[in-house]
Amino acid sequence: MNDEARMTNVEGMTNDETASNAGSPSSFVIRHSSFGRGRFLEALTFWIFRLATYLILAAATYIFLDIGIKGGRTVFTRTAPFINVAFLSQAPQTLYVFDFAGKKMTLGDREFRDWKSVHPGVEVEATSVAYSAGGIWPCIVGTALLVIGSMALALGIGISSAIYLSEYSRNGPLIRLVRIAILNLAGVPSIVFGLFGFGLFVIFFGWNVSLIAGWFTLGLMVLPAIITASEESLRAVPQGLREGSLALGASKWQTIRKNVLPYALPGILTSSILGIARVAGETAPIMFTAAYAMKDEMPWQVARFTDFFFQGVMALPYHIYVVSSKIPQNEYTERVQYGSAFVFLFLVMLIALTSIVLRERSRSRLSW
Amino acid sequence: MVSVVEMPEKTSQITASGPEVRRGLIEIKQLDFAYGDHQVLHDVTLSIAPRAVTAFIGPSGCGKTTLLRCLNRMNDLIDGARITRGSVEIEGIDINAPGVDVVDLRRRVGMVFQKSNPFPKSIYDNVAYGLRIAGITKRTLIDEAVERSLRSAALWDEVKDRLHVSGYGISGGQQQRLCIARALAVEPEIILMDEPCSALDPIATAKVEELIRQLKQQYTIVIVTHNMQQAGRCSDHTAFFYLGRLIEFDGTAKIFSNPRQRQTEEYITGRFG
Ligand SMILES: Nc1ncnc2c1ncn2[C@@H]1O[C@H](COP(=O)(O)OP(=O)(O)O)[C@@H](O)[C@H]1O
Ligand SMILES: [Mg+2]
Repeated sequence: MNDEARMTNVEGMTNDETASNAGSPSSFVIRHSSFGRGRFLEALTFWIFRLATYLILAAATYIFLDIGIKGGRTVFTRTAPFINVAFLSQAPQTLYVFDFAGKKMTLGDREFRDWKSVHPGVEVEATSVAYSAGGIWPCIVGTALLVIGSMALALGIGISSAIYLSEYSRNGPLIRLVRIAILNLAGVPSIVFGLFGFGLFVIFFGWNVSLIAGWFTLGLMVLPAIITASEESLRAVPQGLREGSLALGASKWQTIRKNVLPYALPGILTSSILGIARVAGETAPIMFTAAYAMKDEMPWQVARFTDFFFQGVMALPYHIYVVSSKIPQNEYTERVQYGSAFVFLFLVMLIALTSIVLRERSRSRLSW
Repeated sequence: MVSVVEMPEKTSQITASGPEVRRGLIEIKQLDFAYGDHQVLHDVTLSIAPRAVTAFIGPSGCGKTTLLRCLNRMNDLIDGARITRGSVEIEGIDINAPGVDVVDLRRRVGMVFQKSNPFPKSIYDNVAYGLRIAGITKRTLIDEAVERSLRSAALWDEVKDRLHVSGYGISGGQQQRLCIARALAVEPEIILMDEPCSALDPIATAKVEELIRQLKQQYTIVIVTHNMQQAGRCSDHTAFFYLGRLIEFDGTAKIFSNPRQRQTEEYITGRFG
């Protein structure tokens, strides 16, 4: 009946159009008239949507090509071993640029001193460019340390509270408040986390700019994502497995430990790996809590064991920030900027890839 | 309008005897049960005989599962679900009394679920689960118990060569028998089965029914079933429920041949439900 009504309606419309289209009674002309504004609008919207989609492709291509080409020049070499080992294994050094015997010389800190000792008495006018020679090894190490510590912290707290929320708590007003808090925490901009960490950990707790202050700041930042992912994974474990275990005389905690958590853990870890990418990538939370622009010793070169936790470290994203905005820019700065970005992007992609592989693996292993 | 429910003779005899024969006896007394404000069981009084099979039958939604889950306090897991009146006593002890250890209760009252739920572990680990939970670590003991339970569940011959494949790597009927074996491994006194054959084909169903008939030598079995023939084939006593009330409870032969209530007769002859 509905269909019928629609049909009459269409017919009615056609009649109206016929009437307005005086002098051309054939139905062919009526269909022709719809080539007007309606058609044009259709095509326009289609193209807007289509272009918007292709724009993403263009942006992605540009970013990856730009960093790939410029960074590749730093990271790869033309001769064996084809990878710039020095860039990956040395600390940043100041670059010295000068003319000597009609040749342009670009030497790192140490090379420059060696050169001077070989050429005693030669006075050269050298331009120095900070951080633009040597490599980024301390930054890679620092970022790794920040990631490991903050993820351990966030996973510990996050999984515990997710277990509490999804397995133990009943949905009272307090729990609703907790959920709102988690949602809000997830929306806090990272620079605010940085400021918070600075105020609480660096100043109030007196930890100074240190690994441990960075761990707590970054850990808190990814905590909401970890809790949410963990809760989701826990909820994905069928209720039947819990009941089956309880019915065998298992206590609640035994059930969770033996028959819920093991099945949720792969999911928790794979989603958390994306958290790793975030922790590794954020600059704002660490710039006043954990990161040094330059540090000569490696993190393990500390006098006492406890000093390890209370030292600042270099970090990849902060290093990119420093070499791109804190030093005068010239043709020699690009090398480290894009080299670091390349390494950084590569690491993040590696992490994401691991996450995907892990997820596919656990998916095929756990099915109910 | 609810009839005076007559207990099967066998039950009253046994209740009168010494403590040994009370092993596995369940007494439900004037039980009212509600999910939140929604009362689903009304004044159910029922005594379940030890070492026999008691079937709960009745149309969908009449409260069979709810009652069954009262017997091992599985309803504790559901928010707002509670007994509003009456009691459930097992071997004379009120299982909802404050001092009762629910973990221990559930070890003594095993359960097989409607939807078979093997754990995503090997067949061996599935059966060993309850023992390990109970703190048994000795390998030989566990090996023995696994074999014994799988034999009792009539599954041993089919899986003995692949004890280490996943519990999901076997057929649906085998999965359900695996769940039965898992329940048997912890040596319960009572086994509750909620429509254990609802997802099985006729051949698998026949195997599980045969198993139930054998298990009653040692266990008190309560089985919820949708399937009239199944109740007829494997139970000794049958309780018919309708809209949360116990309408009739009697020996299975009596219920099926000569029910006292008109509703029971109509249900059994398939005129409703
Ligand atoms: N978890 C629950 N929460 C609220 N109501 C429920 C729940 N489980 C069952 N019920 C209700 O209780 C009544 C009895 O259900 P159930 O015991 O599952 O019946 P049966 O097993 O006989 O089909 C039904 O009306 C059902 O809707
Ligand atoms: Mg049911």
